[in-house]
Amino acid sequence: MSPRPGFVLEVDRSTPSTLFWHGEGFRLERLPVGSRVLYAPEPVDALADPVAAIRRALQEPLGDCAPLSSLLHPGMQLTIAFDDVSLPLPPMRGPDNRQLVIEQVLELAADAGVDDVVLIAALALHRRMTDAELRHALGERIFDAFAPHGLLWQHDAEDPEQLVHLGLTDHGEDVEINKRAATSDLLIYVNINLVAMDGGHKSVATGLASYKSLRHHHNAHTMAQSRSFMDQHRSELHTSNWRMGRLIAAAGVKVFQIETNLNTDTFPEQFRFLQRREWEWTARDRAGFLASSKALQATPDRVARSIFHSIRSPHKMTSVQAGEVGAVHERTTENVYAQQLLEVEGQTDILTMGLPYICPYNVNSIMNPILVACLGLGYFFNMYRGRPLVREGGVVIMSHPTPWAFHPGHHPSYIDFFEQVLAETTDPVEIGKYEESFATDPWYVHLYRTGNAYHGVHPFYMWYWCAHALEHVGAVIVVGGDRAAVRRLGFKPASSMADALEMATDVVGPDPSLTHLHSPPLLMADVP
Amino acid sequence: MSVVDRVVRRARRWTPEEFPWAPSRWPSSVVRAAPERHLGVDYDTAWTRRYPARLARAVLLDTVTRPLAHIVASPEVRGQDVLELVEAPAIYVANHASHIDTPLLLSVLPTRVRHRTVVAAAADHFFDRRWKAHLWGLVLAAIPIERHRVNRRSAENAAALLREGWNLVIFPEGGRSPDGWFQPMRGGAAYLATRTKRPVVPVHIDGTYRILPRGGERLHRSPTRITFGTPIMAADGEDARKLEARIDGVLATLADEARTDWWTARRRAGAGETPSPQGPAASPWRRAWSLGPDPNARHEDDDGRWALADD
Repeated sequence: MSPRPGFVLEVDRSTPSTLFWHGEGFRLERLPVGSRVLYAPEPVDALADPVAAIRRALQEPLGDCAPLSSLLHPGMQLTIAFDDVSLPLPPMRGPDNRQLVIEQVLELAADAGVDDVVLIAALALHRRMTDAELRHALGERIFDAFAPHGLLWQHDAEDPEQLVHLGLTDHGEDVEINKRAATSDLLIYVNINLVAMDGGHKSVATGLASYKSLRHHHNAHTMAQSRSFMDQHRSELHTSNWRMGRLIAAAGVKVFQIETNLNTDTFPEQFRFLQRREWEWTARDRAGFLASSKALQATPDRVARSIFHSIRSPHKMTSVQAGEVGAVHERTTENVYAQQLLEVEGQTDILTMGLPYICPYNVNSIMNPILVACLGLGYFFNMYRGRPLVREGGVVIMSHPTPWAFHPGHHPSYIDFFEQVLAETTDPVEIGKYEESFATDPWYVHLYRTGNAYHGVHPFYMWYWCAHALEHVGAVIVVGGDRAAVRRLGFKPASSMADALEMATDVVGPDPSLTHLHSPPLLMADVP
Repeated sequence: MSVVDRVVRRARRWTPEEFPWAPSRWPSSVVRAAPERHLGVDYDTAWTRRYPARLARAVLLDTVTRPLAHIVASPEVRGQDVLELVEAPAIYVANHASHIDTPLLLSVLPTRVRHRTVVAAAADHFFDRRWKAHLWGLVLAAIPIERHRVNRRSAENAAALLREGWNLVIFPEGGRSPDGWFQPMRGGAAYLATRTKRPVVPVHIDGTYRILPRGGERLHRSPTRITFGTPIMAADGEDARKLEARIDGVLATLADEARTDWWTARRRAGAGETPSPQGPAASPWRRAWSLGPDPNARHEDDDGRWALADD
């Protein structure tokens, strides 16, 4: 049976309370009669034989591209880059897509007698992955064959020896990427595609780039002009990356792109209530919800966090395509849209969302207030095609505990950004004047290169992600958040959803329309 | 407050009513898919008519239900002698004002009838959950009937049971009266009678509304009166609509008889002056008023004493 499509529910008196993520916990909120709740389409079926599908994709590439086996020959230099720990979310149960694909690529490389092979985690300015994370992403066999011999690299955007400047785009943008990748006879990029934003030229132009290159599209102006990030045809972020991608190709870098789609089956059986419509909850779902929410209330934050971060998602591969970047990404995006798009009639005055414990930048870490803002306003707000779900001047209500807490090892510059920069201004354009000092701070650079820290400039990028939403909405309210942390973000704290709705009417007027983005699974609103 | 009341109240406090402790209600705007678990009209009641279930039900009816019904409802039965004239199986058609009606009616039926009777029960109410379907199937030999629309399956099921020799109790109003007066009757009983050529025994049940009205939470002891009317047979060629009108007429006469006496009711029926059993077309309080005083109600007498109404 094919999966059910998405669904827009109009809340009536019979509608049960609606589930909201609330960090490492859940809330049930009764939404006003007449509100809309957006339920995502059900996860599509997984590939019955992913290995066979990968082999077929490698031998029958899309676009202007020869089969992979014909591109491999003895004596060549082969670099295989892959997405880092920020994908997928939560980390998927093994075998990971990266492992499945790279194993097949290496089988072909071994058959062709290719000796010079290096694997590179495409970190951009993200933190370095731990050995355990690499082992999980690539599998034991690959890790043990490459890591001990120094052939498993993590991209270092601050090592001048590892970078090469390929030139300027016609818009004057520097294109500086990983030297090994750029100078190899063949660069294979292995991608995991969870949302429409991922993949395409962004994989190489961002994942393997330096700060000098990234700053051209990771800034307040570009982000505010990306409407949305999930629609590459209306995204300035993507336009810039595509320009860079063309320049990379023109510079002679041969890229063989492999993209994989995942289904939205996000949480394991014990949390299956998260993905079901509330009125369809069985006794088991209700028991699961009650048991987990009551237990979590009595669990220290630290323990709850480690429980949630130990979750391995049952995501499964639904398709794999390989070949020329543009053609591959077009097919991938079609697949994402087919799974996630939900047509929604018109905008709303108030958009509500429950934010989970995880975003791309806090895997095995703490969801600090800046990441809360980024997840809500950068990601969830941008899950649209056409027009934003919330009208201009409307209100976004997010549910998250928003603790004033940071992971000092992963997010050192976030602490200073929160304490110093946001204390002064929350304007994404205005904060730009501090960017350079954070980006070039030797201590942050040192932690990025040698520890597991995000780059010094990364919190700025997180705030830039919010630029479009901050420009668009009239107010942001956080339910159940740390009041001081929420105020520092420039948002309004509310202790309950009822209070938040009351506060929202001050901005949007009485009798507002309300839409709730119910997640998981992920959905993307198509608002004509 | 009695001990029983206290226990019930405490149990009620601990009974979950709100989602997620209790199952969610279904949003009105969402079309509910047909139940996959074979509930509602699809529930298979065949097991309730096998000997182990019949034996258990007979024991329950005779040792628990019947004594309890007599304690709570003190039934006064009229016209029971006509049942001797009825050739089984028959369709027992009664008005419906309370959940007490079914056990009470079963408890006053002759033993030979009682233990070979099935009860038509609303599929959406008594068979919407597995445990309820099992319970009512066992205790009352209930069979699911679609009450809001014509359902071929439930009608054929009931007809088949009649042919197999099972008596059928049916409440053609389709649900309990909200105020004690009759509701418009539906044609299901007449349809079955014309289809199976089985006699229809009209039964009027009076007083159960006071024991446990619709929406009521507690049982109130109160006397009741059950009046059996003369069995009706569908004439050759008579269609269901005409037969239904006849059944309605007899039930209205029985209702009148319960308020007056047999002879008065017969004379008024003959003159076409039988009062409508659906009560006056008036405001809710006037309809309630027209039901007359509760025979159990206490009234203050001249001496300031509280006495029973019939003191």
